[in-house]
Amino acid sequence: MAISMEKHKMPEQDPKVRAHNFDEVALGYDEETAVAEAQRCLHCKVPMCRKGCPVSIDIPQFIAKVKERDFEGAFEIITMSNSLPAVCGRVCPQENQCESKCILGKKGEPVAIGRLERFVADYMLQKGEDIKPIEKKPDAQKVAIVGAGPSGLSCAGDLAKKGYDVTIFEALHVAGGVLSYGIPEFRLPKDKIVNKEIDNLKKLGVKIETDSVVGRLYTVDELMEEEGFDAVFVGTGAGLPRFMNIPGENLSGVYSANEFLTRTNLMKAYKFPEYATPIKHGKNIAVVGGGNVAMDAARTALRLGAEHVYIVYRRSEAELPARAEEVHHAKEEGIDFRLLNNPIEVIGDENGWVKELRCIKMELGEPDESGRRRPVPIEGSEFNLPVDTVIIAIGTGANPIIGTTTPGMDTNKKGYIVANAETGATTKPGVFAGGDIVTGAATVILAMGAGKKAAKAIDEYLQEKRG
Amino acid sequence: MFKVLYKKELSPGIFDMDIEAPRVAKKAKAGQFIVLRVDDTGERVPLTIADNDPETGAIKLIFQVMGASTMQLASKNPGESIADFTGPLGTPSHVEPGMGTIVMVGGGIGVAPCYPIARAMHNAGNKVIGVLAAKSKDILIFEDRMAKVCDEIVICTDDGSKGIKGFANNAITMLHDRGEKIDQVTAIGPAIMMKSICDTTRPLGIHTVVSLNPIMVDGTGMCGGCRVQIGNETKFACVDGPEFDGHLVDFKSLMSRSRMYRDEEQVAKDHICHIGLGR
Ligand SMILES: Cc1cc2nc3c(=O)[nH]c(=O)nc-3n(C[C@H](O)[C@H](O)[C@H](O)COP(=O)(O)OP(=O)(O)OC[C@H]3O[C@@H](n4cnc5c(N)ncnc54)[C@H](O)[C@@H]3O)c2cc1C
Ligand SMILES: Cc1cc2nc3c(=O)[nH]c(=O)nc-3n(C[C@H](O)[C@H](O)[C@H](O)COP(=O)(O)OP(=O)(O)OC[C@H]3O[C@@H](n4cnc5c(N)ncnc54)[C@H](O)[C@@H]3O)c2cc1C
Ligand code: SF4
Ligand code: SF4
Ligand code: FES
Repeated sequence: MAISMEKHKMPEQDPKVRAHNFDEVALGYDEETAVAEAQRCLHCKVPMCRKGCPVSIDIPQFIAKVKERDFEGAFEIITMSNSLPAVCGRVCPQENQCESKCILGKKGEPVAIGRLERFVADYMLQKGEDIKPIEKKPDAQKVAIVGAGPSGLSCAGDLAKKGYDVTIFEALHVAGGVLSYGIPEFRLPKDKIVNKEIDNLKKLGVKIETDSVVGRLYTVDELMEEEGFDAVFVGTGAGLPRFMNIPGENLSGVYSANEFLTRTNLMKAYKFPEYATPIKHGKNIAVVGGGNVAMDAARTALRLGAEHVYIVYRRSEAELPARAEEVHHAKEEGIDFRLLNNPIEVIGDENGWVKELRCIKMELGEPDESGRRRPVPIEGSEFNLPVDTVIIAIGTGANPIIGTTTPGMDTNKKGYIVANAETGATTKPGVFAGGDIVTGAATVILAMGAGKKAAKAIDEYLQEKRG
Repeated sequence: MFKVLYKKELSPGIFDMDIEAPRVAKKAKAGQFIVLRVDDTGERVPLTIADNDPETGAIKLIFQVMGASTMQLASKNPGESIADFTGPLGTPSHVEPGMGTIVMVGGGIGVAPCYPIARAMHNAGNKVIGVLAAKSKDILIFEDRMAKVCDEIVICTDDGSKGIKGFANNAITMLHDRGEKIDQVTAIGPAIMMKSICDTTRPLGIHTVVSLNPIMVDGTGMCGGCRVQIGNETKFACVDGPEFDGHLVDFKSLMSRSRMYRDEEQVAKDHICHIGLGR
């Protein structure tokens, strides 16, 4: 039987319809499609795909199970390496990871590994199997996890499975980190997926203390000295939004992407006034940046009712850092890409509201340190884009609260925590760290991988401590 | 859930409320605030810690009913609970012995957040002069408490019903004119009042600290919505502040950003009244 050179298509909501609702865009494979897609896999002896997965899921094995319709078996294989498969199947940049290495990708399209992973995870979530709490050892040592993002959640899950007494301290009123406040509902449903994964963790016996800002409520030292924790994992993410430092950036109507997305996702401003937090969505909106965050902000703005949404990005299409699928979806929905344009000033009206975004056209010059061609301004090409809202999505940095209140734990120039890449050990004994707060803004799967590695190292550290 | 322990309406629309939050009560320092949510559909509302009792676990809040969220909070009675309560947030006030003479200016309900700072300044051995300003004497709050921690109290009312007739900055001028050597002024109140205090102290060369309350969402440094222009720099009021050098604050942009949601605030208020959650 000849193998199809193309992936089975993902059923999706019609772009014209979905641009006006917050329901999930991609609907997921059904059983038949999943099995048919699994049949495309060649079960390579040396599976290159696996090398592309940061947590080395045994991809050919789980796909083989899907082919046999043993979805539970497939789930078991996936969850040996990945504790949030329903999330990763949806948001991993597969085209740079597992699927980029798949042998089929050489001649046609790779196996749709992410979609299959999602299918298996959703199948199991739907089945709703009951998770039983793990027995804690009577004298279980206590571990504090700071931050309930993917790194903290996966570290907590692994330690709970080993019988430790685990408490997560989360600053916000809900757990999930970026999964809850950043990535929108239409890409990652909260009640259906994220909250279920978190509930499963609670069922394992992990305690989650929300409304707890470590560094203010307790310092890391106080957690260990006064609250009786034997080890601490810091997974606080890189949540501090960066601005461009151009004139007019503090005008009314200028948002960071984090604020725009937080108001919408976490505070549910799209259901205002049933939910009390408001958002100004505007008619004509410019989103500055080209990553996942920029795509999410642009598509959210559209769904809130904007008439025209621009992506303003200073490099060209090839350099857009967002997942290919998100760029594709954004275009289908009618987002207007203004590539090779760089904002230089936000211009306000007499009431201090955004009126225009002044930009300059760019061209690509020689490659810079990152290997990408450096954008250079074209003199005299300035022009004004008429907009009433500007959303800045040019990246985030390290929040200073933990770094400045934890003596003995080194941070680098940019405020990220210095930690061993294999173990997560920081320069402070008993304190481990991982995820975006160590690497800078990266991906869900890398943050999870870091949490897992740290869990292993914390286990070893605590066994040794106990002696 | 966090229990309401006490509620009293001090003057129309101004409430004194104690909420049980033992962990926060133990850690709170002068100048810090909390963020609360009344229920699961509520906004995150920042309010200053007006007092904390580590023994009973109570945090005192003094708040003015402005719109939907504060209206909802005011409707809660002792024994009832609110959904979320996070703190202490923000960088504590700079307090140490030997700072000299501190004038604490509280405008309207701004007197309440002045109190813990005045107390800390007093306990550190500094001379504290409290300036309490209000529209009229009926809405003066926290006079007794302030009296206990201040070496002197100056009262000003807009209508002259008590103390000096005039604004808080007149009190500063009066103190200066009588030869008081002022080392620092800390002013908390409406932005327009803090601005006029700064305009008064600038030519006198008196170091002036103000506590800013821009619109906030998370209160942890994650959204950037609370950003304020301090000199040439953009700062996040929730982590870098809320206290800043008043002479460097761009009050114009602060005030204009505070008006960003005026239309929506009205919609929210109507909604709350409509569903019968108002007082
Ligand atoms: C809009 C957006 C879209 C994205 N899209 C994708 C995508 O499609 N695919 C992908 O792989 N990645 C994506 N990412 C990146 C990915 O979400 C992050 O790399 C990942 O979430 C990092 O995980 P983390 O656990 O390190 O931190 P986070 O997810 O940031 O979680 C950190 C948690 O710690 C809490 N915290 C912070 N400080 C404290 C404190 N002092 N005390 C207590 N708690 C604290 C925070 O509130 C937060 O809940 C996206 C990011 C954003 C913002
Ligand atoms: C650090 C800080 C400390 C504060 N301390 C006190 C206090 O001790 N007592 C007190 O009465 N008020 C205090 N405030 C102001 C208080 O948070 C607002 O009055 C309240 O959020 C209004 O909400 P509302 O829904 O009732 O009114 P709305 O109708 O929503 O708003 C009325 C006005 O309040 C301001 N506001 C609205 N939402 C917010 C928000 N999320 N954050 C900040 N301001 C907002 C706006 O300027 C708005 O025009 C403080 C604010 C900050 C930032
Ligand atoms: S976790 Fe991500 S990279 Fe790994 S197999 Fe799944 S989708 Fe691919
Ligand atoms: S590389 Fe592709 S074809 Fe080979 S095992 Fe992996 S998914 Fe299957
Ligand atoms: S309130 Fe969000 S950063 Fe300050």
